Amino acid sequence: MIDLESFASAVGAEGSVTISGLGTRCGGIAGVRSVSAPSGIEWVQPDEMIVSCGAGTPVDELVAALAEHGQTVALPAGGTVGGALAVGLSDVCRLGYGPVRDVLLQAHYVSAAGDVVKAGGPTVKNVSGFDLCRLLVGSRGALGFLGAVILRTRPVPQHSQWHRGDCTDPAGVYPRLHRPTSVLWDGTTLWALLEGHPLDVHAEAEALGLAPCDGPPPLPTGSRRSMPPSAIGSVEGTFVAEVGVGVVHHAEPWSPPERDARVVELARAVKAQFDPTGRLNPGIDV
Amino acid sequence: MSEALAADLRAALSPDRVRTNATELGLYRRDASNIDGSAAVVCFPLTTAEVQAAVLAAQRHGVPFVPRGAGTGLAGGAVPLDHALVIATTKMNRVLSVDTVNRMAWVEPGVLNLDLTRQMTRFGLHFAPDPSSQQSCSIGGNVANNSGGPHCLADGVTASHVLAVEVVLSDGSVAQLGGEEPDVDGLDLRGAFVGSEGMFGIATRVLVRLTQNPPAVKTMLMDFASVDDGARTVSAIIAAGMVPAALEMMDQLCVRAVEAYIHAGLPVEAAAVLLVEVSGPVHAVEADAERIVAIGREHGAGTVRIAQDEAERALLWKGRKTAFGAIARIKPNYYLHDTVVPRRMLPEVLRQVYEIADRHQLLVMNVFHAGDGNLHPLLVFDKREPGVMEHVHAAGEEIVRASVAAGGVLSGEHGIGLEKRDFMPMMFAPADLAAQAAMRAAFDPSGLANPFKVLPSPAACGDAQHVPEGAWV
Repeated sequence: MIDLESFASAVGAEGSVTISGLGTRCGGIAGVRSVSAPSGIEWVQPDEMIVSCGAGTPVDELVAALAEHGQTVALPAGGTVGGALAVGLSDVCRLGYGPVRDVLLQAHYVSAAGDVVKAGGPTVKNVSGFDLCRLLVGSRGALGFLGAVILRTRPVPQHSQWHRGDCTDPAGVYPRLHRPTSVLWDGTTLWALLEGHPLDVHAEAEALGLAPCDGPPPLPTGSRRSMPPSAIGSVEGTFVAEVGVGVVHHAEPWSPPERDARVVELARAVKAQFDPTGRLNPGIDV
Repeated sequence: MSEALAADLRAALSPDRVRTNATELGLYRRDASNIDGSAAVVCFPLTTAEVQAAVLAAQRHGVPFVPRGAGTGLAGGAVPLDHALVIATTKMNRVLSVDTVNRMAWVEPGVLNLDLTRQMTRFGLHFAPDPSSQQSCSIGGNVANNSGGPHCLADGVTASHVLAVEVVLSDGSVAQLGGEEPDVDGLDLRGAFVGSEGMFGIATRVLVRLTQNPPAVKTMLMDFASVDDGARTVSAIIAAGMVPAALEMMDQLCVRAVEAYIHAGLPVEAAAVLLVEVSGPVHAVEADAERIVAIGREHGAGTVRIAQDEAERALLWKGRKTAFGAIARIKPNYYLHDTVVPRRMLPEVLRQVYEIADRHQLLVMNVFHAGDGNLHPLLVFDKREPGVMEHVHAAGEEIVRASVAAGGVLSGEHGIGLEKRDFMPMMFAPADLAAQAAMRAAFDPSGLANPFKVLPSPAACGDAQHVPEGAWV
């Protein structure tokens, strides 16, 4: 039902090519011939907690379709499913829902040779062969272009409520929460998304002196920093930190630390194996 | 050649941690599978530097090397072929550091799974993957096989609980894949490494994610007059939007064997038993338990036994976890399978499993992770009976084929190793296998890291194929 053959022939086997979805995250590479992945939901199976869709399907459309079955998926809102997976960055619910890389169970992608290739399997549990799906998530289209995917879904919680309270020491509060979905901290205030049975949520919030509020604070957009979660206490300036995760949304720009040379070499060896001529999303450094 | 390799290793490690005598080599020629290989040398490094030295020695002598943890693997992943060097990480068994606030710990690969959890108990934490072998399997082995366990239904398998690995690659270099920071730039090499069955390198330090112990737990046993009713209950629980902490099934033959072994008052007349555990905050646990019992009743559950205290809970779990030991009372040998099918296909595939075993005149018991469709049919036999092994292997292959045909996969948690290497084409086309071979070639261009496993010929370009004794290929 998802037309992978047409997608594969659009990608072809020669010449530079890029892929773009809705342009939400960064779009394709400028000046390079561009293709789009097929879109549409093939099926939703709430009793298996899985969904199959084209990588070009908008995330918001997928989330709306899953909601009708009482399910949701741990992808950041906006853009396409393929874009969210290819960029691989989670939203502020990563603490409770897990990283984006845990969502992809099976992928059909188009390789640099123009072949349709399958990675992973359709079940929620699978260790048949090497974990190519995890390599594809966050690979920014440098190893192959996602065409169709099977994703792990999760039930929509019965009750879901953001709370806030004054806090100068998140390390003192966070360990007292049981599996919160999200905990954010800006240096003086702590926000927590608590989900589950309403009586449990209420009791936990009360015990910690947290009051219900409308939602999380706006996130500064100067940079999205990644650091050991134990280091967020020493962040300065205007920021919102994801407690227990180590992602810090900061008002100021930032450049990530240099990667280890052997790690870079290894990543480039993977790229060379998958795309020896560098035709897929040229210029993206893995 | 072996003597020269051993001499190099004795100089680099220490003479008492390099073994070449026939008796000791005999102990390392297999893992917990039925497949035999042959080791040239076995060494026991204590540090990352010693692992590097061992790998470099193997490279110098052109000898393949096989990483080995506790040797509890069931797919032959740690079986040394062609007189390989076995690098056993069992003596690297320290917990190096624990961050109890952010719930992570750096550990060495030889730390045993259950030991890690026991050491974390005082912090109210545990390591979520809990294979049935958790008393004896190591974290390094869990990483290599991306191991699962009953409680992986709600919390995910090992890949979701490994934040970083320090690895020694086949050229002797060291790299840290992943890190304490959540989003390391570039490809998720950590994710690729987990489940690579020793073919990408050797993990020398692992940063594991630790999980909070739940404030409340409720464990219950429901019995059913038919396997179908039990299987349909499983699907209905998940479809109702609940993900229990564990959802396990045992069939009648298994319940009887276990009951004769532990005397827990299990319902030996039932066709199937579901062991369900819900955990979390108190109100959620109460509400979910009530709904699960109601769903069970709708699907014909007979008695529902809810563990009244920790002792009874432990007893019910003991029944589940000692199932494999209990089987020895019926026949001396068993072959444990591991496939996954969509939950909705459980009744149909279980029917086929019984039919296949019947046709081959074998006893089969089912004790498995029903919540995620992870079947573990146990073929029970006496290998002294002439011709029985042919039937065991033929029935096993038919069970794997039936699972894949039902929309399932080859393995849920044991891995591919040698056991299922030649079944990979049931699930993957040549281009799919070539992509997996490309991953391997990037990590190990030399092809000396645990060769001949996982990838069938010709996908394993560099690996000359090898069929060891006991393999079903």
